[in-house]
Amino acid sequence: MTGPIHDVRPRASDLLETWNGEAVDARAVPVHPVSRFRAIVLEALAGGGRLAALFGRPAEGRVLLTAVLADDPEGRLALLSTLVDGAYPALSAEVPAAQGFERELAEQYGVRPEGHPWLKPLRFEPPLRPVRDAFGRRDPRATIPGEYPFFAVEGEEVHEVAVGPVHAGIIEPGHFRFQCHGEQVFHLEIVLGYQHRGVEPLLQGGPDRRSLALAESIAGDTSVGHGLAYVKALESLAGRPPPARAMALRGVALELERLANHVGDLGALAGDVGFLPTASYCGALRAEFLNATAELCGNRFGRGLLVPGGVRHDLGAAEAQAIAARVRGAWEKSRRAAGLFFESPSVRARLEGTGAVSRETALALGLVGPAARASGVDRDVRRDHAFGIFRFVHVPVVTADTGDVFARAWIRLLEGERSAAFVASQLENLPEGGARDPLGPLAPGSLVVSMVEGWRGEIAHVAVTDEAGRLARYKVKDPSFHNWFGLAMALRDGQISDFPLCNKSFNLSYAGHDL
Amino acid sequence: MIDILKFRLGYGRQTVAFPDGPPKFPARFRGRPAVDPSRCTDGCTACAEICPTEAILAPGTASMAVDLGRCVFCGDCAAACPPGAIRFTDDHRLAARAREALVVRGDEPVLAAALDGEMRRVLGRSLKLRQVSAAGCNGCEAELNATGNIQFDLGRFGVQFVASPRHADGIVVTGPVSENMLLALRKTYEAVPAPRLVIAVGACAISGGVFRESPVVSGGAEAALAGIPVDLFVPGCPPHPITIVDGLLRLLGRLG
Repeated sequence: MTGPIHDVRPRASDLLETWNGEAVDARAVPVHPVSRFRAIVLEALAGGGRLAALFGRPAEGRVLLTAVLADDPEGRLALLSTLVDGAYPALSAEVPAAQGFERELAEQYGVRPEGHPWLKPLRFEPPLRPVRDAFGRRDPRATIPGEYPFFAVEGEEVHEVAVGPVHAGIIEPGHFRFQCHGEQVFHLEIVLGYQHRGVEPLLQGGPDRRSLALAESIAGDTSVGHGLAYVKALESLAGRPPPARAMALRGVALELERLANHVGDLGALAGDVGFLPTASYCGALRAEFLNATAELCGNRFGRGLLVPGGVRHDLGAAEAQAIAARVRGAWEKSRRAAGLFFESPSVRARLEGTGAVSRETALALGLVGPAARASGVDRDVRRDHAFGIFRFVHVPVVTADTGDVFARAWIRLLEGERSAAFVASQLENLPEGGARDPLGPLAPGSLVVSMVEGWRGEIAHVAVTDEAGRLARYKVKDPSFHNWFGLAMALRDGQISDFPLCNKSFNLSYAGHDL
Repeated sequence: MIDILKFRLGYGRQTVAFPDGPPKFPARFRGRPAVDPSRCTDGCTACAEICPTEAILAPGTASMAVDLGRCVFCGDCAAACPPGAIRFTDDHRLAARAREALVVRGDEPVLAAALDGEMRRVLGRSLKLRQVSAAGCNGCEAELNATGNIQFDLGRFGVQFVASPRHADGIVVTGPVSENMLLALRKTYEAVPAPRLVIAVGACAISGGVFRESPVVSGGAEAALAGIPVDLFVPGCPPHPITIVDGLLRLLGRLG
């Protein structure tokens, strides 16, 4: 079975329009027959839309599939649903960006996307309802990520290289399988799932005392990003936006997280090409931003700062000024340390042209964040779907066009520049008033899409409440969910010895992907 | 090259004063909690009710304690207790050799005991470790990485993270140990030549942390490596690099 010809353009009533952080009546999301659902989604994506999320939840003994379509230039989101059972015609055959979502659906709900070009387990998680395994495994619970149907290239002098799950450094686990001809990589397959902790089911039934700490642990290096998406979702459902002062402090924490990671990444890239001055300095300078975060809340990763309704810690005027001065100083040094790196001809030669991802590939895979912007894809949630303080203060978006390791590194420097200026100016001009309001109960039967531009790109959480106002389904999407495939494509036809450098230039989250 | 040297000259010394001098922490840093049940209001269990990981034992009673192996140092309990029966000190020393030693009462420091004489002779001046992230969120991993940077410079004590378990004297486990990492963790441990240490870093690796109720994790290193003792527990979510360095140096008998 394939989808129908796209003969009918979507009508306004085919979709429920919403925007980032608006709670809607969950029952108001139009439910279409599968063929119609498919046609509308394909039409919207062909017209420049983007698939921000696609997730399932149990309904009437079947699975209710909901798509979140993003219209980035207009800053709008649109929702639509369909009921499926057993199997349905896959979107991925036409929309590569759907590949991860549909593999996830197959794994979580046993729904088979027919015609999926790459239907393999995504994170080896047990199904969320008792179903027959969509991959035909006898006992999915007993299989682990290593037992995976690898794509293999055959031929004379073709060889395989296997790396992981335990890596040579202090790195999260994942498996990389290269199909090589000499040094040349024909194909890289990335198998994840080792980090699966069952985050989504643990958030279900909440919010409870554990929920916020869980959200902050989805990806530890993005505690503020995911934590913010979570508290923002709750505030939308409760109809209580946080006070302006809290918005500003949250923005400061989010940008400090970006600065710490971008500066750390520049140091790590320098280390990978053997340019030790920048590797050493940036390693230490990263700590300046982590320590500034700890000045805000006591924890270097921003844990314990956010709370639904605001922030737990306010800042005095003198403290805020001191942190602002510190961030300005740290950025000044970071810029100089990165300058040594970028001005070195041998470094430039090593970075330029390595691991290039074309704009077409980036668009097809739905890449987000610096990885997308480095390939000339101009998207940033802070501008496109502005939230919190970013509705009032705009941080310029930076793009590059070569899509190579150089571009991914350079973007980090330019973004850091703007984040540092934002942090300092916010801290010097914090809005007056309180920093925390009580939350109140969540609206029952509601759905909200909560997006945040984390340092790796778009974080999207979708929360759905039941009739009692508890979280009936909590869907989490980390930017790495899209971007891991970008890394695989960056290696295609490249040299296997470029892998560490390419990997570092993406620096993706394993835990965020595996949930 | 001239620019690099000029930058270097202007950059100064970056290594922290610790352990020769006192470590510096920001004002809001939450170190070891101090427990004073005499301040409890009758029948109040607010601290335990708000705790994300059920780290508070016997709340409101004379034997009230905080289990550092579960604590994520969010500070919610202290905020929920105006009388101050629980408050967070800035004491960074949290690591312990025994799981029970992480259950703290009163306001006594937690100090990890040193290895016995022979192990100390073998490992005291050169300890090579293999890190295994087993569903760690990259918080503990990031702080372990930070111990090797020019600020904390763990290498100056002869402690180093190595690429192969064959070169290692022990493993450092982070994360609640997912089912999907169980086999890889056990194999890595088995690949380390004896005598070998097991060090659990972070609330997840000690007790499962916020994931302890998940059906797809083992609940930490001790549970995953059934029958194999853990030699050092370093609490935190994640622990500060200085807490990790402190624990390792005490284990090696290099801090008095």
